[in-house]
Formats: sequence, structure tokens, C-alpha cells
Amino acid sequence: MNILKNIESIRNDFPILSTKVNGNQLVYFDNAATSQTPNCVIDSISDYYKTLNSNIHRGVHKLSQLATEKYENSRKKFKEHLNANCTSEIIFTSGTTHSINLVSNGFIEFLNEGDEIIVSQLEHHSNIVPWQMLCEKTGAVMKVIPMNEQGELKVSEFLKLLNNKTKIVFINHVSNALGTINPIETVIEKSHAIGAAVLIDGAQAAPHFEIDVKKLNVDFYVFSAHKLCGPTGVGILYGKKEWLEKLPPYQGGGEMIDEVSFEKTTYAELPNKFEAGTPNIAGVIASGIGLDYINSIGLKNIKEYEDYLLDYATSKLKEIEGVKVYGESKNKTSVISFNIGEIHPYDIGSLIDNLGIAVRTGQHCAQPIMDYFNIPGTIRISFCFYNTIEEIDFLVKALKKAIKMLS
Amino acid sequence: MKIKDIQNQIVEEFDIFDSWMDKYEYLIELGKSVPIISPSNKKDDNIIKGCQSKVWLHADSDNGFVKFYADSDAVITKGIISLLIRAFSNQKPKDIIEAKMDFIDKIGLRQHLSPNRANGLNNMIKKIKFYAIAFSKTD
Repeated sequence: MNILKNIESIRNDFPILSTKVNGNQLVYFDNAATSQTPNCVIDSISDYYKTLNSNIHRGVHKLSQLATEKYENSRKKFKEHLNANCTSEIIFTSGTTHSINLVSNGFIEFLNEGDEIIVSQLEHHSNIVPWQMLCEKTGAVMKVIPMNEQGELKVSEFLKLLNNKTKIVFINHVSNALGTINPIETVIEKSHAIGAAVLIDGAQAAPHFEIDVKKLNVDFYVFSAHKLCGPTGVGILYGKKEWLEKLPPYQGGGEMIDEVSFEKTTYAELPNKFEAGTPNIAGVIASGIGLDYINSIGLKNIKEYEDYLLDYATSKLKEIEGVKVYGESKNKTSVISFNIGEIHPYDIGSLIDNLGIAVRTGQHCAQPIMDYFNIPGTIRISFCFYNTIEEIDFLVKALKKAIKMLS
Repeated sequence: MKIKDIQNQIVEEFDIFDSWMDKYEYLIELGKSVPIISPSNKKDDNIIKGCQSKVWLHADSDNGFVKFYADSDAVITKGIISLLIRAFSNQKPKDIIEAKMDFIDKIGLRQHLSPNRANGLNNMIKKIKFYAIAFSKTD
């Protein structure tokens, strides 16, 4: 395994991993929330402000030209990474949430009262609420694909929900709370068969495996750079050109216009139509560097190593008496959501936090999933390729200590 | 004992412990002595918002002194609320309203609460003060 051989040098690329918490080495297991940032990305942001800072797309001067080049080069990197048809299919936003809102807001124009849109029970709130707002504005109705005990979507139920009133289906590729990889290929194919569009929230998928939007034939695919070793504040919206051309602009402002007069304004071509105002230039450039870093390790290697961590941690956790893992699909990424007996997840999280272990506790912005299992929340650990077997062993020790204190 | 003195007493007690784990162990122990809220008052209206765990808080007035009762589904939260109740229960509304709340900072508890958890703590304190204000008007 390539990563295992190079784990020390990989970890050295992330300065934050040497942080001490209460005298203990930080163990960062909250990668589903955000991944840590390698030196090359941090340096890129610093270099930008030291050597390039200027506004893009409009200055005739050297700095502006260089910054524009780097910014657009980042777009090229994401276009190639996703195997999109052209760079104008890549829109930079502020994050996954922004990307979803941009699309859901545009769909106001395409929906009528009584139309149906389909979500899944496995969603993050950010892929529920914008669409609920859309329903309120248009009178469309939201239908929900249920899940089973393993935390998998019931595909047969999904097929029953599809009909000629269905206009768009939006589900995540990977559940942030349970780690389930959803059968998006089937969802896309079946939705298209009845003429519905599909948006996939790939926030938890893009960091873990390769995405080919052409092969998927997906209409919209969205994710955030900060989960891919990039900085916060940058999101990627892939959209098929024909959809992005149809979709109305989300925000008005500079850069997204063609000609402006008080009588009428015409909008710019893609992708500028959706990038009003000065974008997060340093962030977008650094996101491209983060993507390069991920690709230098290789998503195939990442998937293989993270699966190894997932299997090891799952079996170690299950050896602890009272541990119940939520989301036991065979098809999952490196997320483990669990509880221990009747102990509140918050109590466990607070205690192991003092030992330097960063996990997420609570509902993970996915209240419908917690309601399904009838629990107040879970402890969630999520891995990145810089995590180690030793860290998992330390977590197990810490959990045992916490259980002893709490019982 | 005055609220201020109780707070100083709590700070002294926590000073004895060297490690954070010991402090937490003590906090968990203290949680066991919370005056438990009656089942009829353990209702949604009495839930404190902003906490990751559920916290119920209720108060009544006894001869001009406010008495607090609470419960939580998380034991550490119960420990925290037990400290608040120890400081504020059996006190006069006026004293509760005017009390300065600094022992949480002095024992270093707030540094160990993430902002959203600290938000829950702030809401607990706010609710305690609200009860005191309500009773100051009826007494």
C-alpha cells in the first residue's frame, strides 16, 4: 500500500497534525466536517497575497493577467478531474451549500404547483432546506426516498415515487452521517428515463474516490474544496452546459454581465454568468493546489488505504461491549457513526476531546436519520489518508477510559 | 451562603485536581446530586435550547427563595447544571439577578466547551436568571 509506506512524509505535509491537546498528540477524526490543509495549499494562499493579489478578468495590468490565468487554470484542473466536457461547466461557488442553493433557486422558473421533487432520507440539511424553500415558493411537493436499517436507500421505493410530475431528484453520493455510498448510477438513469434532472451532493464522495461526470451522465454535481485539502469558502458546481445555460443567474453584479443599461442588461456567457462580483481568488487557486496534492497521492490509493482504516476501526470498535454502529451498508466510505450502550454521545465526545481526539457528536445536520433510529445523535469518526492504525488504537483506549468514567 | 461564596468554594474544589480527566470525573459525580425535576415538569416547554444534549430546568419559589430542579440525558451536562444549581438554588431572586457568573471561567470549564456547547451553557444561565426575574415580580 503506497500510503502506508509514505505515511510519515504525508503527515509531515500537514502542520496541524503536530498540535498537542492537553499534552496529547492531536488525533483528528473529523475529516467529514473538513479535511486538514497541507503546506502547499497554505503556501499558495500566502504566495497569492505576496505576489499576485489583484482583481481578475478585468485588469489590463500584469498582476491581473497572472491572477486570472491561475484562477482559470484551477477551473481547468477541476474540469479535467471530473472529466467535464468544457471549463464553462465548472462554476466556483462558496461551498456545497451555495452550489445547491444556486441550482434550487434557478428551478423556481421550471416548477409549477403540483410538480414533484425527490429527496432521500439520508440527506444533510443543506440538501433538504433549500428545496423546501423552493417548494414554498412554487407549490411543488417534496417526496422522500426512505432508507432501511443498514442505512441504505430503498431503490424499489424510489422507483415508485418517480412519475411524469417529477422534475428533479437530489441526493447525496455518500451520506455524511452514515458513510453509505448511494446507488446514484441507478438514480440518474431512472430519473432521466422519465425526464427528471438529477443533482448529486458529492461533498462526502469527492474526497474519497474518482468522479466521472460524463460517465455518470449527471446534470449537477456539487462539492466543497475544503474537504479536498483546499481552503474553506470554495465550492464547485458542475453542471451540464445545457442546464447551466437554461438556469437563470443567481446573483446580479459585476462580472456576470454582458452589457448594462438602465433599460436592459444582458448576461455574460458561462461560467461568468454565475460568478458575480469578485470571487475568492486566492481560495480558488489554492483549491486547485489542494486537488493537485490529492491527485499526487492518487484517489485509488486513498480509497484503498481508507477502506483499510475503516475495516480495522469497525472491527476494533465492535469488540467494545455495547457499541452499536449505525449505517452498516457494505458500500460505504470511511465514516463510522456509533453509540455505546445508553451513554450520551456528547459525554463520550467531551471526554475524548480532553485526550486530544477530535470527533463529531450530535445529529450531523441530518436530523431525519437520527429520527429514523430514534436516537439523540451519534459519535462520528471519519478518516482521511493521513490517519493511522495507531490513532485508531488510541481512540479505542480512550473510549474504554471514557466508558469506565461514565458508568 | 452567598452566591459569591459558593462560587469561590466550587473554584477551590476544582483547584485540587491536576488533570482534566479528574475534573471531569468530579463533575460526573456532582451530576448525580442534581435535584431532579418532577416528571410532570419534564416537558418540552422546560427544555433549554442550544444544548447538544437535552436539559430540562424548572424552578419554584419557597418563602421568597428560588429553588431549581433539572435533569439531562448526558451526565457531563448534568454535572455542569449541578454546579449552577448549587450556586443559585435557595437564593433570593434579587441576588440571582445581580450575581456575577465567573466561576465557570475560573475553573476553566468554558475553555473546554466549544462555542456551540458554550452557547448551551449561556442559555442555562439565561433561563436561571429569567426564573429569578419572574419570581422577583410575583414576590
